[in-house]
Amino acid sequence: MTDTAQAQRPHTVYFFGTCLIDLFYPNAGLAGMELLQRQGLKVVFPQKQTCCGQPARNNGYQDEARMVARLQLDAFPGDWPIVVPSGSCAGMMKTHYPELFEGTPDHARAVAFSARVYELTQFLVDVLGVTLVDKGEKITVTWHPSCHSQREMGVREQPKALLRQLANVTLIENPREAECCGFGGAFAVRQAEISAAMVTDKVASIAETGAAEVLSGDCGCLMNITGAAGKSRKAFTGRHIAEFLLERCHGR
Amino acid sequence: MAAEALKSDFGGKAHIALNDPKLRANFRRAMDGLMTKRAAQFADADEWNALRARGAAVRARALAQLPELLERLEARCQANGIQVHWAETTAEANAIVLGILQAAGAKRVIKGKSMVTEEMHLNAHLEAHGIAAVESDLGEYIIQLAGEAPSHIVMPCIHKNKVEIAELFADKIEGQAYTENVDELTAAARKALRGRFADADAGISGVNFAVAETGTLVLIENEGNGRLSTTLPPLHIAVTGIEKVLEKLEDVPPLLSLLPRSATGQPITTYVNMITSPRKAGEKDGPKAVHLVLLDNGRSRVYGDSELSDTLRCIRCAACMNHCPVYTRVGGHTYTFTYPGPIGKILTPQLEGLDCAGDQPHASTLCRACADVCPVQIPIPDLLVRLRTEAVHPSATAGVKGGGSAQSLSESLGWRGYTAMYGSPLIYRVVTRLMGLFGNWVPASAPMLKQWTSVRTKPKFAAKSLHQLAREKGFSHD
Repeated sequence: MTDTAQAQRPHTVYFFGTCLIDLFYPNAGLAGMELLQRQGLKVVFPQKQTCCGQPARNNGYQDEARMVARLQLDAFPGDWPIVVPSGSCAGMMKTHYPELFEGTPDHARAVAFSARVYELTQFLVDVLGVTLVDKGEKITVTWHPSCHSQREMGVREQPKALLRQLANVTLIENPREAECCGFGGAFAVRQAEISAAMVTDKVASIAETGAAEVLSGDCGCLMNITGAAGKSRKAFTGRHIAEFLLERCHGR
Repeated sequence: MAAEALKSDFGGKAHIALNDPKLRANFRRAMDGLMTKRAAQFADADEWNALRARGAAVRARALAQLPELLERLEARCQANGIQVHWAETTAEANAIVLGILQAAGAKRVIKGKSMVTEEMHLNAHLEAHGIAAVESDLGEYIIQLAGEAPSHIVMPCIHKNKVEIAELFADKIEGQAYTENVDELTAAARKALRGRFADADAGISGVNFAVAETGTLVLIENEGNGRLSTTLPPLHIAVTGIEKVLEKLEDVPPLLSLLPRSATGQPITTYVNMITSPRKAGEKDGPKAVHLVLLDNGRSRVYGDSELSDTLRCIRCAACMNHCPVYTRVGGHTYTFTYPGPIGKILTPQLEGLDCAGDQPHASTLCRACADVCPVQIPIPDLLVRLRTEAVHPSATAGVKGGGSAQSLSESLGWRGYTAMYGSPLIYRVVTRLMGLFGNWVPASAPMLKQWTSVRTKPKFAAKSLHQLAREKGFSHD
């Protein structure tokens, strides 16, 4: 990592766990927090945090989104970085909070907040410059980037760079990895058939890589992909990259 | 004219398309090819970013002074001998075109490719008044033979494969034997069209860019049919939306580079036509009269909103649909109206109304693949969200047609429930606890879960939330 990033290395970070992880994948969140802790950082998890507000925003309910987002502005008052184990929620907070609060008294606060937001793998690579030591068995994996991690957070290479550090892990790239898995929140219900077609194709493209496991930085995609893989009895499993890295490097 | 009130039925039409394996294979193959070709054109990210910023700036500058530029365009065109007509609605535009043709005694029309005339349903209008309009763009010719609408704005018959076209030609073109040889099929269309060019009384075309500074109509194409349609017949009528205007001639080159590279992965089209006047004294060819019809059809309403007006930057390259994971699976006809894909999902509800096409802004995962490739940087996903918002919370200033038409008590109560839960740390804690304890009792057949579990397993609520685990592990709260 560069000297500047090392110089900016904070001693404390906030962790925003996301509501989906809270309900369905708490171990992914916990793994992200432990990875940061093992880098010598103090990890603060404000208990007041709830949801980034994206569901309301995306469905056209801006007042409701603002109401929930404002609670997050309140919940993270310090000036530490806010690390998020989801490119989608991070994208909401980084790229959409400023516009959401445009013309309100909270605008300046929202802009300052958004500047502190990092997606987890982005933070591990770009800010901490982590070095990983693989302690696991040989395995082949593939990567699924969420749309918002790629296109809102600009996170494309960081997670793969982390995986490539692991000596016993072979990363097989999915030629169709950049394509949406079809989750899209309410889209999966509103346009259930299109969503089903998209995830069916996504699962097939992952299966074609022959990887034993698909890793992602977003639990929304994982819920969709592993759900469809499970139902169609595909041979691969799926996990959040934080859980995978923690298990490989720290035996948990 | 198209008096029938169309209504979008995205889910219903998608159902049909998704269950048509041939259609899905045709789109997937075609879109894969187009994406690969475009990627090869823009391998240099710096060049791409600089060029699209320039393209966006050119279009934004033109739109920022649209009313003046339109007046300048009209004045320049008239000075050049092009007659200019204004149409507020598609009905008016159809009447104007028909009037020009009737005044000239024209009975046979040859057409170059034009999406605006598709938007007007011009061919049907002319046919109803005894004028035969023949499409001369190969793709348009094919779908005209088939009696279908375009399924893509650049490649109108992309939904058909070679075999389907071979069958169509053998069936519809007199004396045509069945062949899947593409060169032979193209030659058959060419032969059939030659005579139509020769005996056309008038040519009708679209316009890619209309330059206000010089009164120049820029028209790009690959087959030469556009040039023939606009030069061979004695009368040329160009039809365009009012948003296609550019300020200066020097604004054309960046867009001339962006458009074909984004659309088909070509560095430039085979033909670049720049039409500035009818035939002048002493010239040997060209039409004796040229008319320009400028269509509004709701565009000035779109123009009135500073955010939504970005929609009008579009140069119709179709890169957004080529890269859209939804379009790729359901094809263009699922969108009911003339403009499919991501651009259609923001344009159609604004032109036709959210009450007619309100389901379209929701037929997206907001994956942003479209925004990534748009050569004029239209923030399509953000405009989709804006239109979703207008459908439930119409802003007084925007005046989007059909704004507020999706308001529903049950939905707004649902979102009130959302804010109650996620807007209060205490209630959130209680509800997540209850979900952890009882959430897994909800059967897979419950509303909403039913759609989810049609192809997926049921998500499993964790016994303890991350909030709980963080407390137990002693993570600091502040």
